[in-house]
Amino acid sequence: MKQTEGMTLIVKTVTRISVWLILLYGIYIILHGHLSPGGGFAGGVIIALAFLNVMLAYGRNFIKRWVNIGFLHDLESSSAALFLAVGILGMAIGGGFLANFISHGKLFNLLSAGTIPVLNIIISVKVSMGLFVVVWTLSVFHLDKGGKEE
Amino acid sequence: MPVETWLIFILGFMILGSIIALELKDLLSAVISIGIVGLGVSLAFLFLQALDLAIVQFLFEIFALIILVRAFIGKEYHIQEPSRSHIVQSVVTIVVLLLILVMSINMFKALPSFGHPIFSTAKHYVENGGRETGAANIVTAIILDYRAYDTLGEVTVLFTAILGALTILRTKKSNGLAGGDNEAN
Repeated sequence: MKQTEGMTLIVKTVTRISVWLILLYGIYIILHGHLSPGGGFAGGVIIALAFLNVMLAYGRNFIKRWVNIGFLHDLESSSAALFLAVGILGMAIGGGFLANFISHGKLFNLLSAGTIPVLNIIISVKVSMGLFVVVWTLSVFHLDKGGKEE
Repeated sequence: MPVETWLIFILGFMILGSIIALELKDLLSAVISIGIVGLGVSLAFLFLQALDLAIVQFLFEIFALIILVRAFIGKEYHIQEPSRSHIVQSVVTIVVLLLILVMSINMFKALPSFGHPIFSTAKHYVENGGRETGAANIVTAIILDYRAYDTLGEVTVLFTAILGALTILRTKKSNGLAGGDNEAN
């Protein structure tokens, strides 16, 4: 029964192509968060959905080999600390907690708005990794409750 | 058609969806029809031109639906006791709801008309947001510059929720630890 892990071949083939497009769309949403609708939260959820897509199509064991779940958890926790670090840097340089201390640049440019894109990227890492780790934990918990797979 | 008509239509559709979800016997169908509520909220945000909120609401709805369907599919959750409703309970519920409606008529009269907010802070944000923060998207400018402290709180809430989920759902994969406990006992 090794071959039936995950879904059918059609789903796997489509996922293999579409996951990268979904990831690209998520990164676009994050990087353009200060220019167009979207931002760190929305882009983070899109990236988490891409990971979830792989997990549903290929099964749990594949994703365990593909990414290191512990590393994802570390990434999630460290991004929370990075958000605080940006805030404290704003206190040191800009004169207030979470102050916008980088130069604002020109309106409608990709590299503008000071710390806002930085915070968007940090939040997106936090949201995507956090949601995926929660789904992963829920699914593993379900597996162990059944108790027959091991 | 004005926006209000569409909003009332969507609201009615959402109420209908939740009532159907309550009455359905099959839990999977109930989960799918409760999805009407989330997607209806997303549509309402679109009509109110709140694109950021619409995107986030839509994505979270998809995320929640995937998790719920994954949890319910192929499981034996489908059998459900038929719910019986007492007449007294229904009457008391309807009377209380009507009382609340009657007593809140004065408050509804005092509300400002649709599209005219009470606070003038938003006006300052809309007029000066681009110049003061350099961000073209006003929503991002507010949540990450004017109200960044609020966003820090949200991030903390998310962090704590994930930490709690991981702590509660942690499986005992380290058999050595459990064995050590047994030996100590």
